[in-house]
Parts: sequence; C-alpha cells; structure tokens
Amino acid sequence: MNRLAIELPGLSLKNPIMPASGCFGFGKEYSQFYDLSELGAIMIKATTKEARFGNPTPRVAETSSGMLNAIGLQNPGLDHVMANELPWLTQFDVPIIANVAGSTLEDYIDVARVISTAENVKALELNISCPNVKDGGIAFGTDPKTARELTARVKEVSEVPVYVKLSPNVTSITEMALAVEEGGADGLTMINTLVGMRLDRKTGNPIIANKTGGLSGPAIKPVAIRMVYEVSQRTALPIIAMGGVQDSYDVVDYLSAGASAVAVGTQNFVDPFACPAIIEDLSKIVKEWELEHILDLKGRSWGKHGKTANHRA
Amino acid sequence: MIQKQDMIIVSHKQIADHIFELTLRGSLTNEMTSPGQFVHVKIMNGSEPLLRRPISICSIDRENEQFTMLYRVSGSGSGTSTLSQLMKGFTVNVLGPLGNGFPVDELEEGQTALLVGGGIGVPPLYELSKRLTSRGVKVIHILGFQEQKVVFYKEEFTALGETYIATVDGSFGTKGFVTDVIDKLDVTIDGYYTCGPAPMLRAVEQKLSGVDGYISMEQRMGCGVGACLACVCHVQGDDTGTAYKKVCSDGPVFKSKVVVV
Repeated sequence: MNRLAIELPGLSLKNPIMPASGCFGFGKEYSQFYDLSELGAIMIKATTKEARFGNPTPRVAETSSGMLNAIGLQNPGLDHVMANELPWLTQFDVPIIANVAGSTLEDYIDVARVISTAENVKALELNISCPNVKDGGIAFGTDPKTARELTARVKEVSEVPVYVKLSPNVTSITEMALAVEEGGADGLTMINTLVGMRLDRKTGNPIIANKTGGLSGPAIKPVAIRMVYEVSQRTALPIIAMGGVQDSYDVVDYLSAGASAVAVGTQNFVDPFACPAIIEDLSKIVKEWELEHILDLKGRSWGKHGKTANHRA
Repeated sequence: MIQKQDMIIVSHKQIADHIFELTLRGSLTNEMTSPGQFVHVKIMNGSEPLLRRPISICSIDRENEQFTMLYRVSGSGSGTSTLSQLMKGFTVNVLGPLGNGFPVDELEEGQTALLVGGGIGVPPLYELSKRLTSRGVKVIHILGFQEQKVVFYKEEFTALGETYIATVDGSFGTKGFVTDVIDKLDVTIDGYYTCGPAPMLRAVEQKLSGVDGYISMEQRMGCGVGACLACVCHVQGDDTGTAYKKVCSDGPVFKSKVVVV
C-alpha cells in the first residue's frame, strides 16, 4: 500500500503534494530539475479566455518571511494552453488541476467548458480569489451569492470535478466555503494570497507597480492554518491547503488542521527542488511515526468532537 | 546545467561604498558558460530573507573552481546587508548559472567592441571583456557611476583596454553620463554590450542604433528560472501587447531592439 496515496474527487494522487497555481507556470521550467511524474498533481497557471500580459513591473517585492506579487494573471490564453501547454504535460504521469480565471461569469464558463475536456485535466480550480486584477477574480470571491452562482454555472459545463479557490480577504471564509458547497463545488483550495503593500523607504511609494500585491510565504501560514482548521470542520468538502509550506512538517500541520492534500507555492522559488524533497520527507515521516497512512494525521487538531472524512486511497 | 550547491566563501571584501566583492568556490563554477549569466543566492537558511537574490557573475576562474560576484548593499536590514556580514569559510546556497549571457563570438580578431556599464551593471562586463580580449577583440570600456566613492574595478578594466569613467556629479572622470563619453569617442565600433539601469540602456541603444549590440536587463525577480513571470518585459514592435520576454530565462541579455527597455 502506498501510504501517501490519496483519492479526491477526480484526482488519484500518488502523494498529497502539488505545486500551487501561479508558482509553477505550466511545468516546463521545473521539468529541468526533476521528473514531474513524482508530483501528486500540478495546479497550472491561471488560464483566461484571451491571452493576458498582466500588470506592469515591478511585480514582486519581498517582505518579512514572505513576498508580495501582482503578476495580474499573465497567461497565453485558452487556445494556446489547449494546443500547447496541456499536450506537452501529457508526457508525465500526473493529474492536472486547471486554474480557471476570468472577468465575467461567461469567461469562466467558456474556459471551464473547454479546458475540462483536456485528457490530463482531472479537476478545475476556480480562481475567484486573485487579488491583482481589476475586473473579476476577487469580485466573485468576496460575495457568497455570486460565488455560489458562479460555482453552479461552471459545474453545469465542466466535464471534471470543480474545486473553488477561496480568498482569505473576506470577513468569513467559512461562509464563502458553505456558499460554494451549496453551489455544487467538489472541493476547496485555500488560501489565495492576502492583499498587502510594501513601501519604498526613500520615496514612500508602493514598490509594486500595481500598488497592492498578494502576500504569500511562511508569513501567512498561521492565517491559513486557522482558516483550514475552521472550514474543514464546517464543510464535507475536501480541502487542498496552501500557504507558506516550506517543508514536510508544514504539510503535517495542514493535514492536522483538516486538509486532505497540500500545495506548495512560494517555496518553489526559494528551492526549485522543494516538492520532491517534501514528498521524500513525508515518506520518512509515515515510517518513523508508524502511520498506516499519511491521512491518519488528518483533523487530529480538532479535538475529540471533531468529525473526519477520510480520503485515503 | 542549472545546479543548486552550497558554495564556500573564499574571499569577501568591500571595494567601494556599499559595494562588495565576493568569491565563492564549488564545482557549480564548471557549469558557467557565457559572461552575463547570473546566480540566485540564498543568503541564509530559513525564511529571513526568504527569496534568493539574483547577482551577476563578474569573473570565472575555472581552474580553481571559483567565481566572483560584485553586489551592492541596498540598505540596513536588507538581504544584501546580511550577505555582506558573512565571512570567509561560511557557505551560501547558490542556484545557477541562470539565464543567457553575452555572445562573445560575434566579433572577430581586430574588431572593436564598446562595453558600456552603469553602477552595479558594470560587473558582468568584466568577464565579457576578458573573453573578448582573449579572442583578440579590441575593447573600449565606458563605466558610469553616481560619484567617486562608488567607483570600482577601474584598474581591472584598464588592464584589459581603454577605460573611461563618467560620474553624474563629476567627482571622478567625465562629468555626466556614459552617453556624454560616447559622444566624444572618435572610433568605429563593430559591436556594443551594455548593462545597467534602464534609462542608461535606453540612451545607449538609441545612441548606437546603427551598431549591433547586446543589452543586459535588470528586473526584480521571483523564481529566477522563468516560472513566476515577475520579471517580464514587452517586445519591440508587438502590436498585440501580449508578447513578452522573461528577463531571467530568455535574458538577461537580449540583442538590441528586441525588448522594450
């Protein structure tokens, strides 16, 4: 038995580790460092209907134990992703989770309908939480009614299960989770970045051209852990968690808080070998801790009244 | 091939105001092919500072498996300030070599190359100049700095060829910008290579528009390997507005008139 294997809606994962969307492009760059088939899954860069250049530069700024980014959903557009990026990824034995973004409800529906037909796309990740674009994105992710509606409409056209990526920039992320669950979501991914800003000390101007950016990295992990802990106890949906994962013990924390799988974002920039290293360390942990399965850890932070839904393979 | 390696500090010293010279040893040096490539340096383990720092390669010593880089400390409490405190014998984690450097085989023996650098854009021109002169190419260096106290490597460049310094405040060399020196040059240039702040690159590209040249771009980076799209730039003549080049992996060196500086 593979003690790291996990079954989630649409996804048979060799292990619970996958690179987070926006931190891994479409995989090409990282394929020079290791075999992408080692990964549990790949969450590819957000895809929109038309090609987007994204925001002006500077697009990133480092902060204490974190970084701000405002890339602005730069991507080559749906047609190019379907014709080039996804076919290229078929050489690897790894399920693809396609991150879908747009400015209007129709954009999301159009992209979801097409991209969900790609043979290696096993699930969608609805990006209703990008903080760095003016239209769409976060506008869908801060109002429960809109989020529920969008989820339901995308579910109607998608050939594969739909996960919704939640924003932490809301009063109640649990309310958002329950809304998309009602809309028919098959799972949740959380959290997207926290909106932040860094100023130039000399001029006082924001460093990022977009002024605000999304905060990621170890600095946001406590926030994300708290949110996963709360949401996982209120919904039956499986959670793929992300936020500041640097090593296997961060993964243990997220599983303990109630997640079923974990994505690695910013750490890929710090160490391009981060994902395979974490997977290897998780294998050691299940042995050393004598776990039958890595998901034995799931929800152990909840206390004796917590409920658990098992997704072990 | 890109490697990740803990490299040992064999020498580390301040050579001008806020400017440090750091020499590292390790087999990763053998992977360095062309001048103008850079390395991505993790200064400390852990999350502070979190990201790597892209620093250009200044000179490569294959025989001793070591290379030298120059960097500017950007402020107190910055990652580069932490780096500047590391002593001989310590290790730093290096990812590299990254990016595409300057081609050195475009000019023939006896031809003349103009190398124009500004501030912390000067260092990669040093290894380039060594390679060009070893091929018999005549080099002319024009190096621009803010003021005298941040001038570095004048002797090193002078040993390889004609070298002119310009300072904005006139405290050293020609008062003004590198383009002021270019205006005074009375020589036929067969090719140019430039690295420095964007306004300087723009001015040089414009001034030398009749000459083939190579431009090394600088931009804030995330991953350094082409995945995060933090360091993109527009492409000249692109009407769609969506074409782009990544400074880290398509560059940092581009043929002139390719990217929007």
